[in-house]
Amino acid sequence: MAEAEPGAAPLPHGCPGTSSVQAGKAAACQGCPNQRLCAAAGPAASDPAIEEIKEKMKIVKHKILVLSGKGGVGKSTFSAHLAHGLAEDETKQVALLDIDICGPSIPKIMGIEGEQVHQSGSGWSPVYVEENLCVMSVGFLLSGPDDAVIWRGPKKNGMIKQFLRDVDWGEIDYLIVDTPPGTSDEHLSIVQYLSSSHIDGAVIITTPQEISLQDVRKEINFCHKVKLPIIGVVENMSGFVCPKCKIESQIFPPTTGGAEKMCQNLNISLLGKVPLEPQIGKSCDEGQSFFSEIPESPATSSYRNIIQRIQEYCGLQHSQEKLSNQGME
Amino acid sequence: MEVVGERGNLAGVGHILLVLSGKGGVGKSTISTELALALRHAGKKVGILDVDLCGPSIPQMLKVQGKSVHQCDSGWVPVFVDQDKSISLMSIGFLLEKPDDAVVWRGPKKNALIKQFISDVTWGELDFLIVDTPPGTSDEHISTVESLRQYKPLGAVLVTTPQAVSIGDVRRELTFCKKTGLRVIGIVENMSGFVCPHCLECTNLFSKGGGEELARHAGVPFLGCVPLDPQLTQSLEEGRDFIQEFPKSSAFPALAHIAQQILDRTSPEGS
Repeated sequence: MAEAEPGAAPLPHGCPGTSSVQAGKAAACQGCPNQRLCAAAGPAASDPAIEEIKEKMKIVKHKILVLSGKGGVGKSTFSAHLAHGLAEDETKQVALLDIDICGPSIPKIMGIEGEQVHQSGSGWSPVYVEENLCVMSVGFLLSGPDDAVIWRGPKKNGMIKQFLRDVDWGEIDYLIVDTPPGTSDEHLSIVQYLSSSHIDGAVIITTPQEISLQDVRKEINFCHKVKLPIIGVVENMSGFVCPKCKIESQIFPPTTGGAEKMCQNLNISLLGKVPLEPQIGKSCDEGQSFFSEIPESPATSSYRNIIQRIQEYCGLQHSQEKLSNQGME
Repeated sequence: MEVVGERGNLAGVGHILLVLSGKGGVGKSTISTELALALRHAGKKVGILDVDLCGPSIPQMLKVQGKSVHQCDSGWVPVFVDQDKSISLMSIGFLLEKPDDAVVWRGPKKNALIKQFISDVTWGELDFLIVDTPPGTSDEHISTVESLRQYKPLGAVLVTTPQAVSIGDVRRELTFCKKTGLRVIGIVENMSGFVCPHCLECTNLFSKGGGEELARHAGVPFLGCVPLDPQLTQSLEEGRDFIQEFPKSSAFPALAHIAQQILDRTSPEGS
C-alpha cells in the first residue's frame, strides 16, 4: 500500500472492468491486488459451452430473468408464481431454473422439496410439478436440508453451465430464471452463457424502502452494463392491510417515493405493486400456489396483472423478432 | 508488543462478531446496526465492517453515505458516525464514485478486497467489531472466516425470519459454521410480528416461532425475537438522530437483551 496516493481510496477508480480488453493493463490497474489475475484472464475467452447452450436453447421461446440487488424482497416467490401463472395455459410449457446455488428456496416454494433429479441419456431430467411445469435447482442435488453448498465462484459457475447445457429441458415456451441477490458470479455467468441465445429481459423485484431501492438501482446499472433489457419493476410488500381494523400501514415505508418514483427517474416501466399478504408467505412455506389458496386477495389480482403484462411484453418481442427475421430473408 | 504486531490493525479490537444468515433480506444489516447501537448504549466502542460488496446498506442506515474513507500511513481510516467516535464503519459504499454504481465483480476480486478490509482498516481501540455479511455461503463468507481465523472471533450471530423458507437457508448457514469451525453465539429471530399502529393487533407477517424451534433443533442458544418496528426503519431511513431515537423503539428491549447476552459471554475474558 506504500505507493498508494495519500487521501485517495485506491480501489474502483478507473477500473476498466474484468471483461474489458484493458483488464489488468490500464493505468488504474497499477497496484491493484487483482492486476495479475485480470491481465492473465484477458477479455472473456469464448467458452465452447456458449455454442452448445445456444443449440439447446433454440427450442426455448422466451427467457426471463428475475433479479434484484437486494435479498429477501420476494424474487423466488415471484418466480414461482410467475411460473404457476404462465402454466395455467395448458398449451404452454414452462420451466423454472433456480440459480441461487447457496440458498435454493424454489423446491420448498414449489412443494417439491426432497425430490431427486434423474439422469437419462439426454441429460438430467428436471422435476415436474405439473405436466407443463418443470423445475431445476441445486436443492435437488443436496443430501438433506442441512447440506450447505460452500462453493466459491468458479464452482457455482460450473453448476449454472451444467443447468443450461446438461438438463433435458425439451421444448419450452417460457424459461424463468430465479437468481440470488447481488451482481456477481451467478449473474455474470447466466448472462454470459445465454449471450448467444436471446434473453427476452429481466424482471426486477424490489420493496418500497430506500435501503432496498439503493441496491436495486445497482442491479439496473448491472443490466445496462451487460445490455440486458429490463421488462419492468415489481414493487413487493407495498403496504399492509391490518386484518382486524382494515387500515393500511406502510411496513417498509417508501420514504423516497418507492419504486414508482425510481421507475419515473430511470425511465423503466413499473409492472405493478403487490401488497404484503401474510397468506403468501404461508403458502410458500407449505409449497402451495397462493393463486389457488387465496384467489380473491388483492395480492393475487395484482400478481395476475403483472403476469399478463409480462406475457404481452414477450409476445410483442416475439412478433418483432419474427418480423425482423422475415425482413432479413 | 509482539502480539500487537501480529494482530496488526486489529490489535486494539476486543471481540469480533460476525452477523450471518443464509437468506437475504432478513435483517442482517439492520441487526448489525441495531446491535452496534445497543452495545454502544451499554457504553462500548463498536466498529462495523460491511463485507456485503454488491449491496452495502449500512452507510445508508447510519446516514453516512457519501462520506469518504481516507488513507493514513497504517491503512484506511474508517468513517465515524457520531461525534464521540463511539461507532466507526468501513464499507465498500465509501469507495464508490456514485451511490448507484454496481460492483460487478466475480469471486477473486471480492476476496482481495475483503482481505484488505480485514488487514488495512485502522480501527484503533474497539470493544467490539461487528462484521456484517451478504447472504449465502460463498466467496465473501469463506474469505472472511479464513482471514479472521487468526484473530479468534467470538463467534457468529445468525439472523432469520420466522418462515420455513428462511429457516431452510439458515440451517445451511449453521452447517457452514460447523464446517468452518466458527462458533455460533446464537440465533436471532427478526421481523417476529407487526403491531398495527391503529388497533394494536399483532399480526405475524412472516409466521412465528421458527427461529426458536431451529435453535432448539440445532442445539444452539436462542438470543431472542426482534419485532418489526416501522418507526425505527423510518427513523433510520430519514436520518433522524437514531442514537436518541433508538431507546424509544419497540425493538429496543429485545436488542438490549441480545446485547447483554453477548456481553455476558465476554465478561469472564474481559475482567
